[in-house]
Amino acid sequence: MAADFAKGKESRPGQTEKNYMAQNNKLINLENVTKKYGSHVVLDDLNLYIRENEFLTLLGPSGCGKTTTLRIIGGFETPDTGRVIFDGQDISNVPPNKRQLNTVFQKYALFTHMTIAENIAFGLKIKKKSSQYIKDKIEYALKLVNLDGYGNRMPDSLSGGQQQRIAIARAIVNEPKVLLLDEPLGALDLKLRQDMQYELIRLKNELGITFVYVTHDQEEALTMSDTIVVMNQGYIQQIGTPQDIYNEPQNAFVADFIGDSNIIGGVMLEDHVVEILGAKFQCVDEGFGNNTPVDVVIRPEDVDLVEPEEGTIQGVVTSLIFKGVHYEMEVEANGFSWLVHSTDLSPVGKKVGIRVVPFDIQIMNKPESEDEEAVGVNE
Amino acid sequence: MVKKILQKGYIGLVLVFLYAPILVLAVLSFNKSKSRAKWGGFTLKWYGEMLRNEKILSALYTTLLIAFLSALLATVLGTIAAVAMSRMKKLPKTIMMSITNIPMLNSEIVTGISLMILYYTISFSLGFTSVLLALTAAHMPYVILNVMPKLRQTSRSTYEAALDLGASPVRAFFLIVLPDIFPGVLSGFMLAFTLALDDFVITHFTKNARINTLSTVIYSESRRGIEPEIYALSTVMFTVVLILLVAINRGKAKVAKKNEER
Amino acid sequence: MSKSNTKLASRNKWMQRFISAPYVVWSIGFIVLPLLMIVFYGITTKDGRVTFDNLKMIFEPTNFSTLVLSVQLSLVSTLVCLLIAYPLALALRSLKLKSNGLVILMFMLPMWMNFLLRTIAWQNILEKNGVINMLLGAVGLPKLNIINTPAAIVLGMVYDFLPFMIIPIYNVLAKISDDVIQAAADLGANQFQILIRIIFPLSLPGVVSGLTMVFVPALTTFVISDILGGGKILLIGKVIEQKFKQGNDWNGGSGLSLVLMVFIFLCMAIVQKYDKDSEGSGVW
Repeated sequence: MAADFAKGKESRPGQTEKNYMAQNNKLINLENVTKKYGSHVVLDDLNLYIRENEFLTLLGPSGCGKTTTLRIIGGFETPDTGRVIFDGQDISNVPPNKRQLNTVFQKYALFTHMTIAENIAFGLKIKKKSSQYIKDKIEYALKLVNLDGYGNRMPDSLSGGQQQRIAIARAIVNEPKVLLLDEPLGALDLKLRQDMQYELIRLKNELGITFVYVTHDQEEALTMSDTIVVMNQGYIQQIGTPQDIYNEPQNAFVADFIGDSNIIGGVMLEDHVVEILGAKFQCVDEGFGNNTPVDVVIRPEDVDLVEPEEGTIQGVVTSLIFKGVHYEMEVEANGFSWLVHSTDLSPVGKKVGIRVVPFDIQIMNKPESEDEEAVGVNE
Repeated sequence: MVKKILQKGYIGLVLVFLYAPILVLAVLSFNKSKSRAKWGGFTLKWYGEMLRNEKILSALYTTLLIAFLSALLATVLGTIAAVAMSRMKKLPKTIMMSITNIPMLNSEIVTGISLMILYYTISFSLGFTSVLLALTAAHMPYVILNVMPKLRQTSRSTYEAALDLGASPVRAFFLIVLPDIFPGVLSGFMLAFTLALDDFVITHFTKNARINTLSTVIYSESRRGIEPEIYALSTVMFTVVLILLVAINRGKAKVAKKNEER
Repeated sequence: MSKSNTKLASRNKWMQRFISAPYVVWSIGFIVLPLLMIVFYGITTKDGRVTFDNLKMIFEPTNFSTLVLSVQLSLVSTLVCLLIAYPLALALRSLKLKSNGLVILMFMLPMWMNFLLRTIAWQNILEKNGVINMLLGAVGLPKLNIINTPAAIVLGMVYDFLPFMIIPIYNVLAKISDDVIQAAADLGANQFQILIRIIFPLSLPGVVSGLTMVFVPALTTFVISDILGGGKILLIGKVIEQKFKQGNDWNGGSGLSLVLMVFIFLCMAIVQKYDKDSEGSGVW
């Protein structure tokens, strides 16, 4: 159904709110793309468009098809069926060296036998640019990635973070319309990764080009993207802004993959009323029909712990961990272990009531077969 | 697709080039005629004859013994040398590595001659031992080269952890380091053994007239014609090794597959 | 505490010496000393006077033309080996085998058949009534007559030393990651440009070690020319061998060996320059 949604062409809910790009063209369009390795289906009838100037992230666990999607756009794989449209032209069978886009590889893939400057110049030399032009471009690119004066060093003498900046510089001097980034920060340590996230956002804004970014790190995706495409097992699960994806996950997989959440089976009794664990909760959702089995997602920070008599249901705190900004607690109530984030401490053993504001209850249809097992696939 | 076929065809062609002479030798081992140049019909006679040919059997025995002992010696000494060099400071290490590379890059004839002169100078009589030591010296660098990269991969901290837990350095080496580098040690041994088995030049210069290896017998017969028993013997040796290697590789593949499934 | 530290340090030092000693002694005795002996014999006469006559011998017309022929034949064989091995290594790389073991095995396995015998087998193949001429005759082509010619010797050299070209090149090529090649394509390079600008420069260490591993033994062989040259074609290795085994002119033989070693050391210097590891791990 998530895939159905993707097929539902024009609409991208939530995207209109961020109307800074609402009118932008579709630069890349993947139409009914399918890719198999042997009998293993990696991408199943995938439809996706990418707008000019957007920072689009393909997010999902390993094996979800995100890297294959990127490689199909880059030209390193050809789709078994379907088409790749770039700027109005079918490029499905155009080799990578003829495409107007460049890739930043996960492990940098710098040419170790060339200096930094020669690495950056590679694409320009192939295109037979003048030496003055190349020189200027190298200087500009090194400044852009804050590695001024590194031109004569060899790649081996640089740290991982520096090598990745060079890989980016090498790609962008060719002035691609789209930069493809395949988990470019995967090999870096946490602190460096966070710095590079801001660096990448800055770069994108300065260059004004489209970024297509692949990652399995949901935090990275939420921080940097204009649009996130959540993928699993070759299907698109949801497309939306980071806010959409976080606040209104379309199915249990997305809810589970993005951040922590309580996913509980429930029954939609009628509009605005859902039964969870034997208790009735008010919610804002409608149109699910009467007595329909559903999945209910409640973010841990949206669970309010109150005095037992004030709660919709009652339970006992079974564990407590201090997390810095908040406390993380587990509350055993009606046979379900609720994950709760709160700045207020409730000690282990305390009887509490659980209350959820109707707006914070997210109702989702039960997933169909293939997505059902997908819920279990969490990194 | 066409490219793939062309590539595989080319690989096949080179393999045919490399294995064609071996096929020729196998065919000759079934040749009734004693002459290399004439096909006198099929026979298994030479396979029986080779078991009665004193000269060939003793050459085989000498060859195998020298190859095994020299490979063993080269492996033990080479492994110790590799461990020692891996702990050296930069300058002595560079010097020792350069010296180690000499026998490998040097030509066999120079190595053979230089050792022959050495033996002569110190009045060490030529024979079994002189050949054994010469081959050990010539092939030890290959062992060192196989062991060194493995030593670099093993972390020093596991060895130090063993010391910390109370093992003596020798015990720590045998229990911790050796199992880690063993694949390198083994392939070093195999390489040294193979090279020693196939050696002619160094043996030629460091032996006396009384001992012969298969190589030297073949060389001395190469003018007047090789005894067909040698074809038979070589075919048997090659086939045994082929079967062994295929079996080992099958086993390895199976283990690898199992590991993958897990 | 510092006391026990120094004790430990001195113990370590002692250990280091203890395990280093055997190999240092061995390599001096079996590598350095023998080479110095050749140098000594090369620059002295039979009665021990210093002389350069042994070295000058290389300029005697017969010796010199032998050396020139040896260099020519070994250069040609080395080049042929490279031309066969490089495309082969590329083809092997594109097979994407999981372990290099099988490839190395395939090309090392022939070594288990004695190399003298394998070379002798080429006599059978190349002879007037040999396998090749039989095949040529069967399809009505004229006979080839290359046994006992320099061409036969080149063929023997290529045959015997080809694996030593294939394996180092393949080892280096197999290590080049697909990402690097794709990155080059991504930056606009076509197949040919990728080969020339990326793959070949990256494979240079393997090529260099392959070149020396073929050139040195080809230059100095006396067996291959004995068997496939029919004793008619004299190479420098044979001249040296005769001086030691038949002529008993050790000083002269050492002098010529020293000349050969100039070539060998030249090769070693080139290898050293390209092999940054300096531990030669790329060779095997």
